[in-house]
Amino acid sequence: MSASFLLRRLAYLALTAFLVSLIVFGVTQLLPANAATMILGEYATPEALAALNERLGLDQPAIVQYGNWLGNAIQGDFGVSLRTSQPVGPSIMAAFGRSAMLAALSLTLVCLIAIPLGVVAGTRRGGPADLGLSVVSYLGVSLPEFVLATLLLARLAGPSVGLFPASGYTPFSEDPVAALRHMALPVITLAVILTAHISRMVRSEMVDTLQSDFVRAARLRGLSKRQVIYNHALRNSMLPAITVIALDVGYLIGGVIVVEEVFAFPGIGRQLILAIQNRDLPMLQAGALIMALTYALANLAADLAYAALDKRIQYK
Amino acid sequence: MKTLRALLRNPQGAAGLALCALVMFAALFGPALAPKDPEAFNFGARFAGPSAEFPLGTDWYGRDLLSRILVGAQSTVLLALLATFIGTAAGALIGVVSGYLGGVVDEILMRLTDALMAIPSLLFALMILAALGSSALNAVLAIGIAFTPGMARIARSVTLQVRSFDYVAAAKARGESLAWIVGAEILPNTIAPVIVEGTIRVAFAIMTLATLSFLGLGAQPPAPEWGLMIAEARDHLFRSPWPVAVPGAAIAIVAIGFNLLGDGLRDVLNPRTGDHA
Repeated sequence: MSASFLLRRLAYLALTAFLVSLIVFGVTQLLPANAATMILGEYATPEALAALNERLGLDQPAIVQYGNWLGNAIQGDFGVSLRTSQPVGPSIMAAFGRSAMLAALSLTLVCLIAIPLGVVAGTRRGGPADLGLSVVSYLGVSLPEFVLATLLLARLAGPSVGLFPASGYTPFSEDPVAALRHMALPVITLAVILTAHISRMVRSEMVDTLQSDFVRAARLRGLSKRQVIYNHALRNSMLPAITVIALDVGYLIGGVIVVEEVFAFPGIGRQLILAIQNRDLPMLQAGALIMALTYALANLAADLAYAALDKRIQYK
Repeated sequence: MKTLRALLRNPQGAAGLALCALVMFAALFGPALAPKDPEAFNFGARFAGPSAEFPLGTDWYGRDLLSRILVGAQSTVLLALLATFIGTAAGALIGVVSGYLGGVVDEILMRLTDALMAIPSLLFALMILAALGSSALNAVLAIGIAFTPGMARIARSVTLQVRSFDYVAAAKARGESLAWIVGAEILPNTIAPVIVEGTIRVAFAIMTLATLSFLGLGAQPPAPEWGLMIAEARDHLFRSPWPVAVPGAAIAIVAIGFNLLGDGLRDVLNPRTGDHA
């Protein structure tokens, strides 16, 4: 992997971020009611509206507004939330941190469950484990997060069971046990859905790899089944799985939005829905930009991991 | 016809076809099939479990859940099909034109789709709905637009293969117009992978549409849309599981049907990847 490849990918990342910011800004320009109307309500006097528009800079042409926002955003200043009058940067980063914790826990859990599941199903193709996995993964792929989340909430957080709190959040530093209990249901929901995706992919890669020439060669050399699977097949099946996990970060982001809404978890997804409902343009832009950048970075990381694991791939 | 017979021999395809046929039947004739008035209140039978009178139980007003699901099938399934059709048609057209023309047009269009695909599709749909306002039809449009870049990518990559075939060169040598070459030579030959992808996308569309309604950004009350039914049931979550479980199961069954059908179609139309179950 050469330095110029890395530079090109980073430049490409910057281009993507720029285009995403343009799209986000363009969409918010189409909003039927602007923020001043939202803040003051429908009975505001025209003078008050004009004054607030001027103070928020909403009276300037769109291109000037975008230029101002971009210039400040590059310096890390995302403006002031129109809903709470707090600076957007710190509050969105705090929310992002909480969501990242949900996402990281879910991904860890998924890797621990999905990869062994896929390997077992792939090596014993047609067996009961394989059939069971394919039925369960079809269900997981076909069940939207909000349905599973609501059902879990009804079964495990009801007053009669009360295994987990139904909603809210506690910081880790305050009470680690309460923090984990608050995150349990969101994480379980995300992990089940993602496991369905990833175990299916690992299984089909495993099936392909076990039929390839180098695996047959390893078998003919007299290696045990265990050695063939762990030293030869698994490693090669991991490459596509990494790409799928990176692509599933896109799913994960969508899932995080839904799950945070169901469990009232104060993460970036909930901030985003609030921003949409309140036409909070700076918050919406910052949130969407951070999510899109996360997705782009995950894809870049997948490419790099791919190259590191497979020496045949040479990025120029 | 040949495809259909091959599909029926494929276990996934046959199961998917049967499920989808059942779902389409319910979606088209749902209101006629509903045993009760979906809006009628029965205060004597609130939160009832399944019984002879209410086969799938009732909700917090005592409304018959089976009737509501059957009537709601129309707004959920047909609208999801419409959303997929919009995204597939627009994406296929953009992808084929981009792939065939190549050069600067291709470069610009593909960079643009890359940027759009860098936005997770639910987030993208949410942003479009923020601009258009919340309604069922706007949700359909938002999902269609969100699907377009992905479909364009697939159609383009197929076009790049088809473009190099002799019959395209022959058409070019005959001096056919761009519209003819794209419409009559390339589009028909890219249709199979596009249909496979489109079928799987229907499952996505159903789930996304229900999710948007659940978030309050799609269908509005008192519509018996399945996602909205679950959102409304949240206020009565701990009284009875049926108002959540029944629409949830309906969404899952439709999505499983289209996922199976899509996988079956892929196996049948592209035998080389037959093992990727």
